[in-house]
Amino acid sequence: MKLSLSWLREYVELPAVDAAALERKLVDLGIEVESIVDQAATIKGDLVVGRVLEIEELTGFKKPIRFCRVDVGNPAAQEIVCGARNFAEGDLVVVILPGGELPGGFTIGARKTYGRNSHGMICSAAELGLSGDHDGIIVLPPESATPGADARPVVGLDDVILDVEITPDRGYQMSVRGLARELAYAYSVAYTDPGRAAAAAATDEAPYGIRIEDTVGCDRFAARVVRGIDPSAPSPAWMQRRLIASGIRTISLAVDITNYVMLELGQPMHVFDLNLLRGGLVVRRARPGEKLTTLDGVARVLDAEDMVICDDSGPISLAAVMGGETSEVQPDTVDVLLEAAHWDPVMVGRTARRHKLFSEAAKRWERGVDPQLPLVALQRAVELLTAHAGGTVDERVLDIDHVVPPAPVLLPTDLATRRIGVAYPAERVTELLGQVGCAVTGVEPLEVTPPTWRPDLVAGIDLIEEVARLGGYDAIPSLLPPAHSGRGITAEQARRRTVGRALAENGYVEVLSYPFVAPAAADQLGLPADDPRRSAVRLTNPLSEQEPLLRTSLLPPLLATLKRNLGRGERDLALYELGTVFLPHLTATAPPPLGVDHGPSDEDWTAANAIVPAQPWHLAAALTGDVVPAGWWGEGRPATWSDAVEAARIALSAAGMTPDRVTVEAATHAPWHPGRCAAISVDGAVVGHAGELHPAVLSALELPKRTCAMELDLDAIPPRPVTQATRISTFPPALIDVALVVPSSVPSATVEAALVAGAGNLLESVRLFDVYASAQLGEGLKSLAYKLTFRAPDRTLTVEEAVAARDAAVASAAERTGATLRGA
Amino acid sequence: MSYRNDPYDPKQAALLAPEALEAAVAEAGKAFAAAGDLDALGALKPAHLGDRSPVSLARREIGSLPPAAKSDAGKRVNVARQSIQGAFDARLAELELERAARVLVEERVDVTLPWDRRPRGARHPLTTLMEHMSDLFVGMGYDVVDGPELELEWANFDALNIGPDHPARGLMDTFYVDLPGLVMRTHTSPGQVRTMLKRQPPIYVVSPGRAYRTDDLDATHSPVFHQIEGLVVDEGITMAHLKGTLDHFARAMFGADARTRWRPHYFPFTEPSAEFDVWFAQHRDGPRWVEWGGCGMVNPRVLVACGIDPERYSGFAFGMGVERTLMFRNGVSDMHDMVEGDVRFTRNFGMAV
Repeated sequence: MKLSLSWLREYVELPAVDAAALERKLVDLGIEVESIVDQAATIKGDLVVGRVLEIEELTGFKKPIRFCRVDVGNPAAQEIVCGARNFAEGDLVVVILPGGELPGGFTIGARKTYGRNSHGMICSAAELGLSGDHDGIIVLPPESATPGADARPVVGLDDVILDVEITPDRGYQMSVRGLARELAYAYSVAYTDPGRAAAAAATDEAPYGIRIEDTVGCDRFAARVVRGIDPSAPSPAWMQRRLIASGIRTISLAVDITNYVMLELGQPMHVFDLNLLRGGLVVRRARPGEKLTTLDGVARVLDAEDMVICDDSGPISLAAVMGGETSEVQPDTVDVLLEAAHWDPVMVGRTARRHKLFSEAAKRWERGVDPQLPLVALQRAVELLTAHAGGTVDERVLDIDHVVPPAPVLLPTDLATRRIGVAYPAERVTELLGQVGCAVTGVEPLEVTPPTWRPDLVAGIDLIEEVARLGGYDAIPSLLPPAHSGRGITAEQARRRTVGRALAENGYVEVLSYPFVAPAAADQLGLPADDPRRSAVRLTNPLSEQEPLLRTSLLPPLLATLKRNLGRGERDLALYELGTVFLPHLTATAPPPLGVDHGPSDEDWTAANAIVPAQPWHLAAALTGDVVPAGWWGEGRPATWSDAVEAARIALSAAGMTPDRVTVEAATHAPWHPGRCAAISVDGAVVGHAGELHPAVLSALELPKRTCAMELDLDAIPPRPVTQATRISTFPPALIDVALVVPSSVPSATVEAALVAGAGNLLESVRLFDVYASAQLGEGLKSLAYKLTFRAPDRTLTVEEAVAARDAAVASAAERTGATLRGA
Repeated sequence: MSYRNDPYDPKQAALLAPEALEAAVAEAGKAFAAAGDLDALGALKPAHLGDRSPVSLARREIGSLPPAAKSDAGKRVNVARQSIQGAFDARLAELELERAARVLVEERVDVTLPWDRRPRGARHPLTTLMEHMSDLFVGMGYDVVDGPELELEWANFDALNIGPDHPARGLMDTFYVDLPGLVMRTHTSPGQVRTMLKRQPPIYVVSPGRAYRTDDLDATHSPVFHQIEGLVVDEGITMAHLKGTLDHFARAMFGADARTRWRPHYFPFTEPSAEFDVWFAQHRDGPRWVEWGGCGMVNPRVLVACGIDPERYSGFAFGMGVERTLMFRNGVSDMHDMVEGDVRFTRNFGMAV
């Protein structure tokens, strides 16, 4: 919201202020400052009033150009080329002379243009930063200034413009009245409340027939009538300047006055052409489907909740938000009906959101408007109108008032001290609350009646906030609460950290992808029709219509990130991501309504949570290119399915799952290559998959061949047990190698399990160190060579003992897998 | 006394002459010194210390000497032999040292060869920064709580005093989904609502995590971002405790001279509320106040909605953006870098931020 300082000064006796200090004061009051602009300083050099003496039309250019001789107070006329056409000889204009500088660093010099020498420039309001209006140059009212005079005060460039942001709870600040009041506290200076100015009271007879059907939506409606105004009377320049400085377009005197009063007092108003109204007015809810074309030219279909002002022709105004076209003030309007009402903020907010019409009026209504303003606002508007356009005021004043006065709030005297942590005696609390307009009575508790412009003050804490704010946040000491006994991070949080670190230490780089995916992703991954991962939650307002779904797997966004890196020239990539996936339940029922007047019952809370989709933490990794680069040390090693399986094992190990609890089995699972996919299980339950991605998937995603990936459901992994120590034997080991020949279809894991089972407890470790197949070995066979380490806890093993254990292991492998000892 | 029976041959015995032995010693010393390597030295050994060497031959002559001369001559030969052996050993040690030194020289490598044969991994700086921030609160006795990102509308809004018609609800730029009563959480505060519903005070928690708003991605905004929010509910909690906590946190994050500065603000879930800046002395463009987050006293309406007695308990809450913190703390100038997953950005941070 933009307001000029001169306007504020009409109601608050501010000392001379500099911008930085003023900004600090505003910020300390909770008013965010976008900018404080001294308009005079925005233009450098000579900006003077000029009188156009002579216009020579230049032709032969792409557009008509004028060569003007302008009196700028010097003996000789200034010669200036101008592209605008909205002025005539004799008009007063604004000229910037060579050496000057316009906003944006645009410097003015004498230069040759369109074949003539131009010494300066005739300015538009936009060029001076006064408005966005580029419709020609500024033409000053006749005889409003003398040629050669400084044009800044004439065009209103002698003011300071504050641009501030008002928080949604403080509607009263959205006006000169409210902001001046705040500055009065800040500078401890006198304040005159324009909202308390004298105003004509309601009369028994109304100036116009009006009926309120819904006093909830509209608890106050006041109106006055002025007849016989001069329709051609312009808005005074000072009013136009202030409106423009506030970012409000000037339209006509009557409309400008309603906007001016809104900015000054905070009371949105509306003005109707009295002669365009058809019969008496009715204020009511709209009928569903009723139509109204608002002033912005949009034909709107109304909702049963919208409030409208109607005449015999139907709705003529979308109440509190925007007027309609049919009763709009016209260039020949002579009789007007001015309206100032008070509307239900909730209704206005909903109407504004429904129609996406966040007008200046709606913004104020939604934040709360003082219900005691209508008569004051009407008085001010009527006075401004008659002062500038003449006319006769109808003595009758309409005021239908159902406003409920603010209820007193009971405030324990020590509450401020207890909440703020600074001693605030009752007298100080009373004083500060008095400053914001509260009436304070009583002793314990204090009985505080908020002013009518503060609908936000309804509870004790609302008052405490005002005490803290006006008392100053800087007064609050810095004090740590007594130390609390915490429990540290949870096991799940610790697991995510450990797993992430383990992967990073093994060369993987973490990414944090957006969880948004395209519906086509499921097909690209080749998910079967009945795959649960096809069932995804859909955003109703996605940022990109292409990606409206929430991920059910980490892979699509992760692979997209892989691709992005490839696109940037990386070739060898190992990425991982830790994040949640969103798995909707099959039925989508609404949660039970949970109130806010007390905590929800256990039953309701449980029922509500039952509809929240499961959001387990997943871990995924993706690899492409070399895991070991080629270099002076030798060949590179490309990433393979086994690196993806290893990544899963690294993660499980980091999660405290010992190898004996982890099973890796061949599996067929999209999006993996059916012959190169491992299902990873813990304690027999599948927790994820790893391997090389399906060639068709890689082709659909345009990823390099042999790209590998892994995804685990972290939340499906059992909690890490307390690790039990192993006994370390200090006796020497017995190392025996065995080479076993098995059918190639037998998984090595099965052979190893058989060896372990048969070897007995002397076996310390088993390690597969060679796998090979050859014609010599035989078709359909492979050789697996293992290094077995035997060791006893209490003695040095004899050769016989070690060999017996080896034989038992081999026998077990033979029995379970048909393995034969190679060379035997 | 007669010496006639002695087979004394003065010609042969000349080998035992002191001059001859001295010459043998000298000659051996000269030869050993001239040996350029261990092989050459080894080849000289028979000539000077072997069976046919002058000292060995001289020793054989001792038998031919008269008994009275034997002892003397024996001593002479031994001294000469020891001298030659000593010279040999010394030269041997010298040459062995030389050889060892030469081997070290020969085994010299180019230590500046590239070492990156195991590509480095890295954790995302937002992850590590969030953990760092969480840990500082763990150190103050706080628990770290998680909550769902796809959240009950009630927990994200209503319970936090943001009713259906609250103007702030429109400001939140919420992502809605095709399931009734659910939204993508617009802040991590619903995690605190869940905590209050689960346990009674004293409550000291932080909730780090992801939040969602319908902002387009640009240099300073992302539709998916991270927050860390804190909540304390206990008896006798005041704004002074909030200030103390934030100041302490600021010092733990940014050093002893860090502190916070508050500006009154509005949040539906806290009252009074403030936005706060932090004095950040290490800013790359010089020490300055930096906007950091929002805070305030928990609105009693929030406590009521979460089943906590606002007469008995009061509390404070605060929150800051993790991306924002990373931006000023670590000099990240563009949000894109934090969300695009470019490995060059993340690798730079390694395992800690």
